[in-house]
Amino acid sequence: MTDVTAQPEVAERPAVLRVANISKEYQLGHGLFSRFGGAQKTSLKALDGVDLELRRGEVLALVGESGSGKSTLAKILVGALKPTGGDLHELGLADGAGRRERSRRVQMVFQDPYSSLNPRISVGSMLAGLLRLHRVVPPGEVRAESIRLLNRVGLQEDALTAYPSQFSGGQRQRLAIARALAVRPDVLVADEPVSALDVSVQATILELFRSLQDELGLSILFVAHNLAVVQHLSQRVAVMYLGRIVETADTAEIFSNPRHPYTRALIDSIPRMSADSAADPFEVEGEPPSPINVPSGCRFHPRCPVAVDRCRTEDPGLVPVGPGHASACLLAAELPAWGGPELKEEQ
Amino acid sequence: MSETTPLLSVRNLSLGVQRKGRPTTVIVDDVSFDVAEGERFGIVGESGSGKSLTLRAIANLLPAGVSVLSGAIHYRGQDLQTMPAKSRRRLAGPEIAMIFQEPMTALNPVMRVGDQIAEAPRRNLGLSKSAAMDLAIDMMRKTGIPDPARRARAYPHELSGGLRQRIMIAMALSCSPRLLLCDEPTTALDVTVQLQVLRLLEQLCDDTETALVFVTHDLGVVNQTCRELGVMYAGEIVERGRVKDVFADPRHPYTKGLLDSAPDFDQPDRELVAIPGFPPNLADRPDGCPFEPRCSFAVEHCRTDRPTLASVLPGREAACFETARIFQGATA
Repeated sequence: MTDVTAQPEVAERPAVLRVANISKEYQLGHGLFSRFGGAQKTSLKALDGVDLELRRGEVLALVGESGSGKSTLAKILVGALKPTGGDLHELGLADGAGRRERSRRVQMVFQDPYSSLNPRISVGSMLAGLLRLHRVVPPGEVRAESIRLLNRVGLQEDALTAYPSQFSGGQRQRLAIARALAVRPDVLVADEPVSALDVSVQATILELFRSLQDELGLSILFVAHNLAVVQHLSQRVAVMYLGRIVETADTAEIFSNPRHPYTRALIDSIPRMSADSAADPFEVEGEPPSPINVPSGCRFHPRCPVAVDRCRTEDPGLVPVGPGHASACLLAAELPAWGGPELKEEQ
Repeated sequence: MSETTPLLSVRNLSLGVQRKGRPTTVIVDDVSFDVAEGERFGIVGESGSGKSLTLRAIANLLPAGVSVLSGAIHYRGQDLQTMPAKSRRRLAGPEIAMIFQEPMTALNPVMRVGDQIAEAPRRNLGLSKSAAMDLAIDMMRKTGIPDPARRARAYPHELSGGLRQRIMIAMALSCSPRLLLCDEPTTALDVTVQLQVLRLLEQLCDDTETALVFVTHDLGVVNQTCRELGVMYAGEIVERGRVKDVFADPRHPYTKGLLDSAPDFDQPDRELVAIPGFPPNLADRPDGCPFEPRCSFAVEHCRTDRPTLASVLPGREAACFETARIFQGATA
């Protein structure tokens, strides 16, 4: 967080990717029984009207629990999924740019480095194939460029002839990052890139992401569920719940002044290493409901400890609550201050 | 603890993999710890440190090919190794129970969850079918499952991850065990649900004074759940003490490295320092301290001699020759 002080404020930077009112719906009910039973067709709304902007050179963290739609959004951003509705704007892309140019611009790093690398292709041919396909460098320089890429992610030249199985989890994630960097992307979408790694290895990969941001000016969308990791790496945070973004703000702001009860509950749920967990946590009940049956009104109201009557009927949109801070809560302005004792009384 | 027999006593336990024509690979080496009645003991370590295998050895659930090479596991003073298989099986349920990481694979997919919970009380406590089912529904209510009578008729796939983990807890606690073994019970859950499950475990164990051995890789989870802690590295316990003390003032370079590399929510600006290198290949275990190749404080004899756990502070043990030099000036 301290590393970006020299750069312009995140809020002033131009956007590199923007999604507007994106939704992704899956039709269900094609099973045998519904076909003959004439049951109503149902749909699962993985994303329901999401607006999000990734700015140049920032690390934007997308957090939420399973089923919140964060991975779906990540896949739409890299073009691996087509949205059902809404627009994806790739800003700064030349008019008439082809599919290849689009895919070059936004690259993805996956969660599990054990399944995202082809075990039968050596590291050298994996990188060379990409460099040739996208004509990143002249054919004579492919080897030199591959070595440069490996060095960039902290691996040595001798990795070229090796196969993924010869590497540890952390090293494999480095290979996956080198593969993503090979085509010189502007945007890196990383879907839980450290959650499959051991703690001591995690730190090196997080530092690598940070150096990519600092030195290459990459814009990174970082999908994560570990808030301590998010707090460490990102400049901005977007919190997702059941297919919607419920709060966005700068990292320091969102953790010190959350304006959505769900964000607050997430923060209180972190098992603390050096402090005791909140003695009187903002604890939510139950589990996220299924995206097939989205609750009426505010989708968080059945679990919300401060919900009032109108939360059951009114569906709040994401509205500004402060500079660079937006929340989708009808009570955003009235939420008690962080750690405030008023909280208990409202419950 | 010293005067009375501890509930569980693991002494010099070593586990190994034996394969034909190859030397035995030691994967858990000389591990000792005691757990008193009602105590909560956490074991943390990274993957491959041997923490789960140690737990499985206590539960007599070692995977095929892994065997106890030496050492003893005593439960209430009885040696589990030499006990007849039948008596040992009888301990499972009323005395020792276990909760696994992945409730989907640990539950029987073609059996209603109520029947699965009722199975152990029927066999162990000799309850009738209906009495066992009543107990099962009662256990489900205690674990916070809404509408337990209806949910008892559900199959595991019909339930969410959090509910399945509650079913596992209900199952494990159905015969009121004295010792509960937990293998990363919340790792597969979302954070808000993790908090609920941890609170539930804590509350149920408090109510019944059940002792807990809790294996996890999450330093925050162990800090919130356990009082005592063993840090495992390469099959050995390298540091042992009270969780809060160990976290505040580690006395083994590996523990310190682990704490320095983990992002801490309460210290956002602290730089993360990774531990260089990798854990040793256990088939080719170094002669000296297993952490020596990655340790920035290592000196000559760390390479050749193997340190063992020794008292470094009141209530604290560390397996490091140089701990006094490394952590001098550090005060608890």
